[in-house]
Amino acid sequence: MTNQKTIAVAMSGGVDSSTVAAMLRAEGHNVIGLTMQLWNQRRMAGREGMPEQVTGRCCSLDDVYDARRVAEHIGIPYYVVNHEERFERDVVRPFVAEYLSGRTPIPCSLCNNHLKFDQLHVVAQQIGADCVATGHYARVEYDDASARWLLKRPADRSKDQTYFLFGLTQEQLGRTLFPLGGMTKPEVRELARKQGLALAEKPDSQEICFVPGGDYKRFIDAYLAESGEALPDTAGELVTANGEVIGEHTGIHNFTVGQRKGLGVATGSPLYVIQINGADKQVVVGSDEHLYSRTLQAGRVNLISVDDLREPMRVSVKIRHRHEPASAMLEKVGDDEVLVTFDQPQRAITPGQAAVFYDEGVVVGGGWIA
Amino acid sequence: MRRIYLDNNATTPVLPEVLEAMRPYFGEHFGNASSIHHHGQETRAAVERARDSVASLLGCRPAEVVFTSGGTEGDNLAIAGLTGAGDHVITSSVEHHAVLHACKHIDETGCDVTYVPVDGRGLVDPDDVRRALRSNTKLISIMMANNETGVLQPVEDIGKIAVEADVNFHTDAVQAAGKVPIDVKQIGCDVLSISGHKMHAPQGVGALFVRRGTRLQPLFYGGRHERSRRAGTENVPGIVGLGKAAELAMQGFENDDDKKMSTLRDRLQQGILAQVEEAAVNGDGAARVPNTVNTYFDHIEGEAMVISLDLKGLAVSTGAACSAGAIEPSHVLLAMGLRADRARASVRFSLGKQNTAEDIDLALALVPETVARLRELSPSYGKTVVNS
Repeated sequence: MTNQKTIAVAMSGGVDSSTVAAMLRAEGHNVIGLTMQLWNQRRMAGREGMPEQVTGRCCSLDDVYDARRVAEHIGIPYYVVNHEERFERDVVRPFVAEYLSGRTPIPCSLCNNHLKFDQLHVVAQQIGADCVATGHYARVEYDDASARWLLKRPADRSKDQTYFLFGLTQEQLGRTLFPLGGMTKPEVRELARKQGLALAEKPDSQEICFVPGGDYKRFIDAYLAESGEALPDTAGELVTANGEVIGEHTGIHNFTVGQRKGLGVATGSPLYVIQINGADKQVVVGSDEHLYSRTLQAGRVNLISVDDLREPMRVSVKIRHRHEPASAMLEKVGDDEVLVTFDQPQRAITPGQAAVFYDEGVVVGGGWIA
Repeated sequence: MRRIYLDNNATTPVLPEVLEAMRPYFGEHFGNASSIHHHGQETRAAVERARDSVASLLGCRPAEVVFTSGGTEGDNLAIAGLTGAGDHVITSSVEHHAVLHACKHIDETGCDVTYVPVDGRGLVDPDDVRRALRSNTKLISIMMANNETGVLQPVEDIGKIAVEADVNFHTDAVQAAGKVPIDVKQIGCDVLSISGHKMHAPQGVGALFVRRGTRLQPLFYGGRHERSRRAGTENVPGIVGLGKAAELAMQGFENDDDKKMSTLRDRLQQGILAQVEEAAVNGDGAARVPNTVNTYFDHIEGEAMVISLDLKGLAVSTGAACSAGAIEPSHVLLAMGLRADRARASVRFSLGKQNTAEDIDLALALVPETVARLRELSPSYGKTVVNS
């Protein structure tokens, strides 16, 4: 074939990335499979109430085994590259620190920014690959008019992962392929079956890869205990929006905005966490209507489809992964800070999560909710 | 693509003569060596011939050879089999994981373990071993040759200390067997482990020398095989292969094969150092086995080097192979005081009997250009990452 490239495929051992490797191989490219070893899943096993049995999806030996089997089946070279140190520094530590300061982090975005589209691109270049392909559901296209790489929502909106990819730079996008962007998940599974991949029926991974079972509170306890650090005392007062103290709480990292259960107070009407005040260790509670807000500020903004926001822009904004983008005005208020004003108030805008801005199916950019 | 294999410290190809010697024992001669009948007698004779050959290689009596499944079993049998709760054990910080993790296990179950350090060349100071002795010291376990650097430890000096102190001495000779002559009397060891697949016999067979009179608790319980030191039906084809490999190793020493190998290794080492700046040999200044050179190349990642070279057909390694295939910084190089970035920038080249001068020349054509390309991409080499 004329267009043959050397492509590194980030293989997680799941259906999506395995299918990407098989597709690109079938297209005649020179494919190299890479799995990033990011976290030792056995590290926390059995500690501080963490499960003894490790069933974590990413980086478990089972997933490396599955990825290796796929590579062998389709006939490509395959390597595991170890980036545990970087992952701990750039993803796990910030994850713990965010919770301890009363925010609700998204480790997957940090991993994409610092590991999958940074370190893995470095490895790919080192070993002579032209670009890196992943199994994300997203599209990347070059736009001649703006001379920019665009990140677009995929054909299968139910699998859309652009929310986690808003931090990609132009340089990173220019070296990235998302071969599944035009496909639906059932089509991907069908292709996996046609390619004879044994893991075509493997279930999707849902949870945070380094938090087996999804219990992040236990993970934080276990992680700090293992590092020999005491869990900081973040216990404090439970207050109403008017500042009235109505109880005590065990630590701000146990709460997230919008949470209703586990507040430890009983009142006539349902109460929700509406704000977490890290500096005062206060958890502010209120009724459902208090959860709604029309504005948010986001920092550490990365812009993709435009190089700057010279004037306010009409966009749709997603404030969490499972959120239908809502119409809003986007305006620049600082160097890499923006103000988002929604047409309709939005429920549970959560500091630490990302706000990602869309213009139809195109990702304008995104930032971290302050 | 022509493939060149320079990772013989990980494993070696079975030599054709070894395979030929083994072949009848997969079919024609299939008996259980413990059986009374003709079939058993045939394989028993083959096992005992192999035992003679291994005994000759090690300079011991045949009755002192216990066949095992490999180096890890031998190391575990020696360490667990010679110690009990309350005992003190001396080992080094650069041992193979088969020894280190076995020591960690007994440390957790009632023994006390001292890990003596190494100097910048990777050498244990025998005086450190002497100073570590205690009244309850039961075992000293110091390797003969290091798997990552090839550095040969002063095992004879340590053997003398062990004899004086009346302490058992085990040496992991997995990376020495077949590469340098071994004489258990000269070393003064009581137990010595070797592995078949590091010396052109198959994977899954090894041997442990156990000096007569040394009381060893078995790891396995079962039949009275191997004089009740290792229960389990013998791996006859493997044992026959190990015996043949031992014979070939002895012939090799007579033909100066070890000297020829060190000439090839030196050609590789000198070729690399002549063509690549900011590179040096780990373990330089210490005596090494003739097949190994471990080099760091500043400003690169050994991991990227190994993958890049593999994609071009040259198989080398960053250090000890790990079960997940993931690559971690070498505890051996760190123990030698190497900076962490240099430990990560280190690559091991290890030759086998099958390698030729042509292999070395091809490796020498690939290594400098690969280092140069990786350095182009390295921020610490004074350049930014280029866009492809």
